[in-house]
Amino acid sequence: MKALVTAAAVAFENLLIPICALLASLLLFGMFLACLGNDPFEVFHTMYRGGFGSLFSWRNTLERAAPLMLTALCTALPAQLGLIVIGGEGALVAGGLVAAMTGLVCGSFAPWFVLLAMLAAAIVAGGCWIAMTGWLKYYRGVNETIASLLFNYIAIALLNHLVTGPLRDPQSLNKPSTPPIGNANMLGDMPGLGVHWGLMFGLSACIVFYVIFFRTTFGFAVRIAGGNLRAAKIVGLPVGRLTLITCFAGGAAAGLAGGIEVAAIHGTANATLAAGYGYAGILVAFLARQNPLAVIPVALILGGINASAGLLQRTHHLPDAAVQILQGMIFMMVLFSETYYGRLQALFESRRAA
Amino acid sequence: MNTLAGGQQTGQVFDSSHSPVALEVIGLSKRFGALPALEGVSFRLWQGSFHALLGGNGAGKSTLVKCVMGYQPADHGTVLIGNRECVIESARDAHRHGLGMVYQHFTLVPDMTVLENLVLSRLPIPKMIAWKKERQRLETLIAETPFRIPLHKKAGELAAGEKQKVELLKQLFLQPKILILDEPTSVLTPQEADGILGMLKERTRSHGLTVLIITHKFREVMNYADAVSVLRRGKLIYSGPLAGNTPAMLAELMIGNETIARIGERTRAEKGPVKLAINHLSADSDTGALAVDRLSLNLHGGEIVGIAGVSGNGQRELVQALSGQRKPDQGGICIDDLPYAATRREMARFRCNCLPEEPLRNACVPRMSLAGNLALRTFDRPGFTRWRWFIDAKAQKEHALELIERYRIHPSEPGRRIETLSGGNVQRLVLARELSGQADLLVVANPCFGLDFAAASEVRKQLMQARNNGAAVLLVSEDLDELLELSDRIAVMFEGRLIYEAPIAAVDLDEIGLKMAGH
Ligand SMILES: Nc1ncnc2c1ncn2[C@@H]1O[C@H](COP(=O)(O)OP(=O)(O)OP(=O)(O)O)[C@@H](O)[C@H]1O
Ligand SMILES: [Mg+2]
Repeated sequence: MKALVTAAAVAFENLLIPICALLASLLLFGMFLACLGNDPFEVFHTMYRGGFGSLFSWRNTLERAAPLMLTALCTALPAQLGLIVIGGEGALVAGGLVAAMTGLVCGSFAPWFVLLAMLAAAIVAGGCWIAMTGWLKYYRGVNETIASLLFNYIAIALLNHLVTGPLRDPQSLNKPSTPPIGNANMLGDMPGLGVHWGLMFGLSACIVFYVIFFRTTFGFAVRIAGGNLRAAKIVGLPVGRLTLITCFAGGAAAGLAGGIEVAAIHGTANATLAAGYGYAGILVAFLARQNPLAVIPVALILGGINASAGLLQRTHHLPDAAVQILQGMIFMMVLFSETYYGRLQALFESRRAA
Repeated sequence: MNTLAGGQQTGQVFDSSHSPVALEVIGLSKRFGALPALEGVSFRLWQGSFHALLGGNGAGKSTLVKCVMGYQPADHGTVLIGNRECVIESARDAHRHGLGMVYQHFTLVPDMTVLENLVLSRLPIPKMIAWKKERQRLETLIAETPFRIPLHKKAGELAAGEKQKVELLKQLFLQPKILILDEPTSVLTPQEADGILGMLKERTRSHGLTVLIITHKFREVMNYADAVSVLRRGKLIYSGPLAGNTPAMLAELMIGNETIARIGERTRAEKGPVKLAINHLSADSDTGALAVDRLSLNLHGGEIVGIAGVSGNGQRELVQALSGQRKPDQGGICIDDLPYAATRREMARFRCNCLPEEPLRNACVPRMSLAGNLALRTFDRPGFTRWRWFIDAKAQKEHALELIERYRIHPSEPGRRIETLSGGNVQRLVLARELSGQADLLVVANPCFGLDFAAASEVRKQLMQARNNGAAVLLVSEDLDELLELSDRIAVMFEGRLIYEAPIAAVDLDEIGLKMAGH
């Protein structure tokens, strides 16, 4: 009974603190808007309309939430091992690039095969990209946060190099891209929804990884290693292998996001792949307290905020960057709110005892 | 109980009627959730006295002194220092009131050298540090103590015993008027303990220092204390002069009339075949210095081999190499004549378990529940999984409840996070996990560090039982009495090598003492 109450207190806290952080950042953003001479409430209303107000905006939100779910996993899964990986952007780019190249190579096969090959290649590319970070961390002691950040730059530079150089499609004039994979090979919409299949991939990845990391023996082993490396070694867990697999899984999710962006939206690989989904994914993961299931609703909220950027620009003449400022504020607030965990529970327990 | 028989009072007898009260605690209460850790505890410390605080594991001793030090806020109660009420909320406040404390868990910064750690502890920290002068000051201070501590070493590389000495030095360096020590001697050899306690006792007489010491060792209480207080399950049972108390009486105050396990008979089992063979094993310490130097040892089933030695002579690295925490650089480990690389599969197959020192740091996941920590070995074995790959939380919990009951782990909530347990209860939990499954090979380091006498004899009984059942036990300990009591064979480790080995019947204590010092 008491354990149940404690568990409830913990769950309540896990919900309350991120929500408070979100509200606090909205307040801060509101003040910022007021300083700019906008009515904050009107702007918030517009944001709501832009994100969730109509069927059209819902579609828009969902299409943006899908890659966010996947890139968030790139941070949330290694976090189970105690690693802070922020390489989602790089893995996404690597996945998208390799997917586009695969699409070119096997362009003459049946469309279903091309699609499958593209997505599989994206998964492997993204997975290997982050697994390298994991390898550097475990076997060479290189800080994983810095390494994954630098890997982002490498991936983006590689993309730019290839699409402006060797892989450039001569037809793409003002926006250098790889040759298109062809309309027949594109990933379609889910029937009845008008949203591409990426959403399904995002949702199922979150659920599957939740089950793997919180219900299986593999996940238990990962969390032991994440909680105390020495204890993991003393009970003989293969920590190096766990690190590689976990990092691969996280990178694979982000790589898949890149593959889907190419296959469902752009049709080619170009600089717009690095649109910041990877960085926003870090935010999603932290706001979701690194829990793959919680990633789903958080990605929806962030997707909605992103989706409303266009409408904000049109109705309030706010620049595109305004939404990024909000995101930055949310991130700061979330990091700040981390310091409050545990206090509520202590308060609650002492009340009950008194 | 006669094994606990104490020695004689040393020095002049302390007379409390003439000295003022240095510290008084009135009505201190503290709860953790529904669990009352302290209930209305009041006692006095006379200035210049050497006061021992006794109690079983989880009695609330650490909580009491942490509340006094302002490390944790108490729910109720006041602390008077020199008859004045004081509000102590931080280490800085405590320092200002002349309080100093050595905590039960180490507080050194692992990445800093001993010198840096010691200087860092100075309050206020000087804006500019004259390292040369500080080093000289420390060296003279160390020369006054019986310790030999390498100032240039990183704190993280020190063995438990060495860390404890640095913690003590830190306090001597700060020169408090009232010094509180939470189990300072758990990891010291009796000689080292005598050295430091004798020095402290000296200072109570010459400098008017007041000492409050938590310990589980009656020998120390009988030899050094002037007064004792006894806690049992959060309540103060006795507080008064030591004179007139025997260890047996104190023991009864501590645990009431619980029965104490007796060490089982050493059955004259046939020495089994060689279970563990260590061949020319070399291992580096964290700095890359050679810590274990081509060490060889054979361990048979059904015997306990004790490894004696002053801490810091490679025992830690040896245990780490055997338990899979450290890759050996050279040489091999064989179990049952098969090479052993400390993988999980091999551990399960050879049934080889390990009890390292500092269990919370080395063998537990602090933020995981008791049930989770108890399942570290078994979570992927049949009976604890569902559909082969999935965790069976219910089985884990049932198993945990059984072990908690059997090993009397307190508080008995499987869902509680292990980091909230008292030091001794963490030790019991690791023991429960490592000893409960039938073990064939046990690597044990300082198993009774921090256990109260009842729990300590329970552990020794279990080790003896494991041996009688045919297990091979490697016991690395700094407690010579423990080694003499349990071992079939004793070896002395010095600078990474075994330089003495003898069956227990042929052991010469003086020679062991000499060998430990490297002669
Ligand atoms: N931070 C905490 N949260 C919850 N419970 C705690 C916490 N700290 C201590 N306790 C509980 O309070 C009780 C007293 O613990 P304490 O550490 O004072 O014991 P102790 O007498 O020092 O024992 P030991 O000899 O084992 O060190 C224990 O039951 C412990 O589980
Ligand atoms: Mg304690």
